[in-house]
Amino acid sequence: MALSILTLCYLIGSITFIVGLKMLSNPATARRGNLIAAGGMSIAIAGTIFLYKDESGNPLHNYAWIFGGLIIGAVIGTIAAKKVKMTAMPEMVSMFNGMGGACAALISMIEFRHEVHNFGSGSGLEAIQTSSQNDLRVFLVICLAGLIIGSVSFAGSMIAWGKLNGKIKDFAFKGQHFVNIGLLILILVLAVFLVGWLPASGVTIFYSILGLSLLYGILFVMPIGGADMPVVISLLNSFTGVAAACGGFLYDNKVMLTGGILVGAAGTLLTILMCRAMNRSLKNVLIGSFGATATASGAKQQGGAYKEISISDAAVVMNYAHKIMIVPGYGLAVAQAQHACHELEKLLESRGVDVKYAIHPVAGRMPGHMNVLLAEADVSYDKLLEMEQANAEFPTTDVVLVLGANDVVNPAAKNDPSSPIYGMPILEVELAKAVIINKRSMKPGYAGIENSLFFQPKSSMLFGDAKKVLQDLTAEIKNL
Amino acid sequence: MEGFLLWIDQHQQMIYIVALMIFLGIEVIGRVPSVLHTPLMSGANAIHGVVIIGAIIVMGKADSDNYLALALGFLAVILGTLNVVGGFVVTDRMLEMFKKKK
Repeated sequence: MALSILTLCYLIGSITFIVGLKMLSNPATARRGNLIAAGGMSIAIAGTIFLYKDESGNPLHNYAWIFGGLIIGAVIGTIAAKKVKMTAMPEMVSMFNGMGGACAALISMIEFRHEVHNFGSGSGLEAIQTSSQNDLRVFLVICLAGLIIGSVSFAGSMIAWGKLNGKIKDFAFKGQHFVNIGLLILILVLAVFLVGWLPASGVTIFYSILGLSLLYGILFVMPIGGADMPVVISLLNSFTGVAAACGGFLYDNKVMLTGGILVGAAGTLLTILMCRAMNRSLKNVLIGSFGATATASGAKQQGGAYKEISISDAAVVMNYAHKIMIVPGYGLAVAQAQHACHELEKLLESRGVDVKYAIHPVAGRMPGHMNVLLAEADVSYDKLLEMEQANAEFPTTDVVLVLGANDVVNPAAKNDPSSPIYGMPILEVELAKAVIINKRSMKPGYAGIENSLFFQPKSSMLFGDAKKVLQDLTAEIKNL
Repeated sequence: MEGFLLWIDQHQQMIYIVALMIFLGIEVIGRVPSVLHTPLMSGANAIHGVVIIGAIIVMGKADSDNYLALALGFLAVILGTLNVVGGFVVTDRMLEMFKKKK
């Protein structure tokens, strides 16, 4: 009876994950979808704690430990998630993802220790009877998959987290791709050796695989530039999904399997969608050629004269415009300027100016990051235009205000085939009558390439921190 | 090889689930607008926190005198819970801001 209730719990869990994910992909239902999935997860967890029985029918024990862990994790998780600034969201997601990966790897480690203990008296695997070898091999394949994927995901996510909050700088050495590929092959060879030959040194090999996987996770993310971090996080997210599914096979647990594979598949598709938005292939992102070619060929190839505009001039231009389009980018996020931006928007609206936002799909550090930030500042949803809509409106726009965005408005993506971002769809701001660009300096953006937009006659630069500039602009316009 | 086929035979349900879930996962988010990419990634991130169930099982089965297994399992439960709770709360915080304004 208890067991069939548990089966029911898992069934509910699986279905809520599917429904939740479906609802998450529609703005109207997204929040409810998230809550539904969370509810299903709670049911599945509670069911496991109270109703789970192992093969011989024993219930779980060590409840003090389980509840201790759950409470500690829940408290830390809630506080971290509540305290994190909206601008730091991407690294938070990466951090939580890493925790899941580590969890999967730990499960594999414990199960492996347990299994070795059960089969052989010593630490070796050689004493095992032929009849149980098949079972052991299957077990090892699943266990190793969970270990490798989980630890790569953990190490990679931690590096991505460090990179996004600026603690870790990009790092690459010559021939790193070959080292990475070599490392991956070594991991696989060791795994095949362990499974196929069940050597006496099995335990040592198992932990070597763990160490090498962690190293691979680090080296895998290290050379990838900051602009590609969203793609990497999304990919690692789907990795962790697969690692969770390995746990599903290990325990013959359908809800882990469903949840894991669902996220693995959806995460992979999301990764591909993000790559597509930047017009790059996943392979191109992964072998990190972006950073390499950009620094080699892109930087400082073209200079020229740009003109600056003062706050007061910019204020006048914007106050008397009919239609203004704001293009937010990472600079806005860094400066935490979303509220200041909304203030300016409201003021301009009250003066009869039509203000809209043009959101590039990969603006900021994660797709949709800008929408989240602006939504936090109460900017209404229908003021946010997606790229296609915005591009249709630029020709009738008087002033475009670019706030700390760079690569997503770089015309090189359209007209310079040698540019590393060539082919990426961009916001065609140069179609507007005037473009005011707020940046902190003339330094190139993430892709490390010069932006010819800045040197066009209709462009003018407004240097400074986005938040300060917006506040000054607002004050100035109020006085007009 | 024989063992592999035997395993497939014994686990065909699971393998069917995997195959169907791959297609379902792709279908279900196929039409997501780019505004929702971040919350969706975060929500999916919370869902793979289902790995916590494995951590609970491993913890609950560990012998009470096997301190290493207990310590590792305890750590796994904490990390898994962080993933689940943190993931859902962060996603909710993001989506809270999408609510319709009057």
